[in-house]
Amino acid sequence: MPNSPFFLDFEKPLIEMEERIAALKKFTEEKNMDFSDEIARLEERACKLGEEIFGNLTRWQRVQLARHPKRPFALDYIKLIFHDFIELHGDRHFRDDPAIIGGIAGLDGRPVTVIGQQKGRDTKENIARNFGMPHPEGYRKALRLMKQADKFGRPIICIVDTPAAYPGIGAEERGQAIAIAENLKEMTKLSVPVIVVVTGEGGSGGALGIALGNVVLMLENSIYSVCPPESCAAIIWKDGTLAEKAAEELKLTAQDLLKFKVTDEIIKEPLGGAHRNYTETAVRIKEALLRHLQQLSEMTGEELVRERYNKFRNMGEFFEGEGGG
Amino acid sequence: MAFKDLFRSKPRYVTVDLSTKKKEIPEALWTKCPICGQMLYAKELANNLYICMKCSYHFRIDAKSRISQLVDEGTFIEFDAELQSKNPLNFKGYEEKLSKAQKVSGLKDAMISGEGMIYGRPAVIGVIDFNFMGGSMGSVVGEKVVRSIERSIEKELPLIIVSGGGGGARMQEGILSLMQMAKTSAAVARLSEARLLYISILTDPTMGGIFASFASLGDINIAEPGAVIGFAGPRVIEQTREKLPTGFQTAEFLLEHGMIDMVVHRKNLKKTLKKILEFHPKNHCVEDIDSHGLPSPNALK
Ligand SMILES: [Zn+2]
Repeated sequence: MPNSPFFLDFEKPLIEMEERIAALKKFTEEKNMDFSDEIARLEERACKLGEEIFGNLTRWQRVQLARHPKRPFALDYIKLIFHDFIELHGDRHFRDDPAIIGGIAGLDGRPVTVIGQQKGRDTKENIARNFGMPHPEGYRKALRLMKQADKFGRPIICIVDTPAAYPGIGAEERGQAIAIAENLKEMTKLSVPVIVVVTGEGGSGGALGIALGNVVLMLENSIYSVCPPESCAAIIWKDGTLAEKAAEELKLTAQDLLKFKVTDEIIKEPLGGAHRNYTETAVRIKEALLRHLQQLSEMTGEELVRERYNKFRNMGEFFEGEGGG
Repeated sequence: MAFKDLFRSKPRYVTVDLSTKKKEIPEALWTKCPICGQMLYAKELANNLYICMKCSYHFRIDAKSRISQLVDEGTFIEFDAELQSKNPLNFKGYEEKLSKAQKVSGLKDAMISGEGMIYGRPAVIGVIDFNFMGGSMGSVVGEKVVRSIERSIEKELPLIIVSGGGGGARMQEGILSLMQMAKTSAAVARLSEARLLYISILTDPTMGGIFASFASLGDINIAEPGAVIGFAGPRVIEQTREKLPTGFQTAEFLLEHGMIDMVVHRKNLKKTLKKILEFHPKNHCVEDIDSHGLPSPNALK
């Protein structure tokens, strides 16, 4: 886990209390004095405080957690959930996009294809990975690996965590929109199970480009949105600083998306968020993956294609007939 | 020709329009070309398919005008006209926006879809209307696209969709708008598996979620000259501190970069569609098909 001192405002009281507990424990050891009552009392308070803060998160707080720089990223999860990962590179047309990683790996002994959007941990890596914002070649690499998985009958696991598909000149010149559209079209034909886990930011079409799954799971504090709250605020109120308000309007949390049936299940995060315990988060994701994979494995390729199609075919809400508003 | 001269040379039209649309004289009678600045006489502009008489700038046109330009007179039958948007997110102000858009456009949502003839050949046709909330795609547009595709498959008809939606996915329907991208693209996959022709016509502007889904998935992608087409808006791209090249995200730029099949002048659009349709005979014109369901060697004769 990275040890940079970054924390969010609302995390502060809890982190301060934990620091006090740690200091007291250290003091106990060094001076050989008994503060166990005091420590127990503080630990109980810390636990309560944690539940208070994280039991009532606003949508904007969840946005901040989803974007937390210490949050586990795709490669962290791959290391903790899968074994024998072999990364495969390139779209065979233009270049290898480091903002999307992919390859073959074992999931409890079963061969799978893993694809994920990858943010950088520090400035240098973020520049290399373009802050997790893929170019068209990233989506084309993902599709290449998915078709490969289909060919060899491997289930596909997609880890979604991107602010957006990159809005740049090169991306436009090489057909960003077309790359995403092609992925959406082709993913509907895959005859193997496709499981999507939104672990951080589900940034619009950039996320959707690898997210047409039989099952779409979301971590408790992940988000998935048609546009970033900042852009929404800029468009509607001509003021990008009203992002907090926009996040409320956009209904972009995992809890919202469960109601809209866009996500099938919420995976609970450790208290305080995924970044506070990578291993525990990974264990919970793995449990969900294995359980859903087990269910999907009982379906034929045709059934998988049909079910996936119907799932997305039925999304949307509208009035039909004269009863409408 | 100066504004005054043009005005004087057509006095009869002036009187006619004055009596019907008194308050809107400046807009109703004259339109200024945003590209060359020429003042264009409205009726003449309409007769010219809303193409600037001086510089050939293609004005944005509403869905009804588009249909009347492309479909044989009296053959268009509209489907799913009763579909209307909900406010699934309870997004503040969305209902007001919808009713205002309905008044402005005379439509229930941003798309008209139906069946019609193009030089006597039947096709399923959908047109997105920019006047309705920028032609953005929410649940209704997504559903209409999919139902059009389903109708194409059921009746074995070619599909033509004219996209002109600047907004891409409709923000006020949040994640459900985003999911329309998946839904429509999935339906295109089915259409493709049924070996049915899909012509996508990209008009000004086709951006974001619409371009990143069904609009870019045509067997043949046609754009109108000068149409702005792209994924991200130019202002967003400028924030990346990249200087935009000239002609960036225009139809011509996309043609040069291999993203579309052709740029077709509006005056040639219907004829171009006719030619393409002739190359793709299906069961509705039995004499063109051989025993394997393929076009006969005489299909074009
Ligand atoms: Zn002009």
